[in-house]
Amino acid sequence: MDTILVLLHTEADGTLAKPALEALGAAAELGGTLVVGLIGKDVQPAADSIASCGAAKYYGVSGDEFAQARYSSDAAAAEAICKEANPTVVIVPATSRWNRVLSGVAHRLGGRVDTHVTGVSRTEGALSAARWYYRQRMEAVVQRTHRPWCIALEAGCHEACAAGAGKATVENVNVILSEAARQTTVTGIKTVAADQQTIRPDAKLLFVTGAGWTKKQPDGKAHVEEAAKIILEFLQHSQASLGGTKSLVDLGGEGQTVLPFMTHLNQIGQTGSTPRHPKGLSTCCHGEEPHVIGWRFVNERRAINLDPNCPWAHGKADVLYVADALQVMSKVNELLAAKK
Amino acid sequence: MSTPYQIVVCGSIVPDPLQTLEPIATPNGPALKNEMMLPAVLDPWAKHALYEAANLASKQPGSKVYLVSLGPKAKLQQVMMTMAQKVPFELVAIDGSSSGFTEASEVAAALAAAIKAIPGVDLTRLLLFGGWESASRGAGSTLQMVGEQLGIINQFQGVDKLTCNADGTLEVLERIEGGKHQVSKCSCPPAVLGWATGMLPEPPNNPQIGMVNMRSIMPALQKAQPAAVGAQGLSFASVSLPKQQRTTKVIKDMPADEIASEIVAWVSQD
Repeated sequence: MDTILVLLHTEADGTLAKPALEALGAAAELGGTLVVGLIGKDVQPAADSIASCGAAKYYGVSGDEFAQARYSSDAAAAEAICKEANPTVVIVPATSRWNRVLSGVAHRLGGRVDTHVTGVSRTEGALSAARWYYRQRMEAVVQRTHRPWCIALEAGCHEACAAGAGKATVENVNVILSEAARQTTVTGIKTVAADQQTIRPDAKLLFVTGAGWTKKQPDGKAHVEEAAKIILEFLQHSQASLGGTKSLVDLGGEGQTVLPFMTHLNQIGQTGSTPRHPKGLSTCCHGEEPHVIGWRFVNERRAINLDPNCPWAHGKADVLYVADALQVMSKVNELLAAKK
Repeated sequence: MSTPYQIVVCGSIVPDPLQTLEPIATPNGPALKNEMMLPAVLDPWAKHALYEAANLASKQPGSKVYLVSLGPKAKLQQVMMTMAQKVPFELVAIDGSSSGFTEASEVAAALAAAIKAIPGVDLTRLLLFGGWESASRGAGSTLQMVGEQLGIINQFQGVDKLTCNADGTLEVLERIEGGKHQVSKCSCPPAVLGWATGMLPEPPNNPQIGMVNMRSIMPALQKAQPAAVGAQGLSFASVSLPKQQRTTKVIKDMPADEIASEIVAWVSQD
């Protein structure tokens, strides 16, 4: 029987984020002995918040040094908890903090690791993990004989654990950091300079913009400023998250006029991100499979494009409106503004 | 005062992203159909790492850039013909599989051994670069493991910017959730930096750089050590292409007002 350790980190306010509860939910369904390990400034409130999750034991590494997302301290803390819990399977939510350290921790434990896992299950007693290869172009289900098996579970792939609060007994694991482990200090968080937030991982809608927004319009001129205004206004009304194609993001590097708020962080596709949103609306996008990967995990998809044969949309979108996106989105903004 | 660094970039080759990929089953596990026939490119994020490395080396006199690459020798040669023209580097080639279906820990062991074998390598001055994920396995695991094997515990992933300060400290911007960057300060090398896109455009081809690079690339390819990387202990229950093909409803000749109304209604639905 597996001992499944779920490693979680607390947020800045001491709580557990949704991906943490999803990882816990997935682990709890696998059977075996569930153990929880927590890392953060103060882990007791977080442990109490999931006290009825069915864990046989709670381990914690806490203190100011473990508040920040830093490789050396996070890896040391995770390693120490793993050595106490002696798990056969380690599951973490695939946050940037865990993605930074999990493979290193697996190496220290002499284990193996799979990241960006989209599902874990048991088939005839054997544990399986589903994950994508070649940048979301093919999906595989893998099994491993090697233990411990460390798994980073992507956000949005499992229901969050609905465990109620209570009083959890946390066994504190003492971790003393070496001088070398203190060489890095997290000094802050930087938000990309923009008039407003454009990336919202929890948004219901992903709004994808393509290079067509910056190209010449029917009057023979480009209207980049107007395009920028329309896009930002739509984001404001709809609270959508903004994605961009590589070609649009790269325009800046080619010396062309660009949308001022569009950066590589907005880029989706083969060399960008593949965000998960319930709905996606793409505008002025064109391209083949590598670009379409950007909305692989978007459930309902609509596109606005002047090309009725656009390979971005055919077979990949539910609805393709053959129309001028600038015109349509201006009208959409008018309607959304009137609704408010 | 500038500080010279030894910058080792780990980067393998991947099929050109515009190629259609199809998995097949082989006695050694899954592979890509016609894998050896597919045109290859240097892994996109590793490529960014290489450009950032060259840019840093150009600003820090005395610094040197090595590209450590694991792949079939013939494919490596094909890719290096292009990459050699971009920026100056010295190739360390390892002859082995570049498949995404190999085990990250085995690849990491081969890379770490090759880095340790670089003549005169000073691990205390090392900046280990690479892509934060590959376009093949896409796990973001290998670089962390190489760092661990080299004893490097200052590690950063999803790096978009590295600033080497005059006092020898390193300031790093790493991507985190919500389109934000975490800013960290590291007092000194060695460090591992898994690059995201970075801030640099692709350098234009420079035949002079290409000629200089090729003088060392060809001998490096000739003496590439074979590495038996596989996927021990890993079994694939299935590998398949996403089958979902949507029936796209194409709407032509609908006035913009009506399309806008439909979109607003759709966006507003729960």
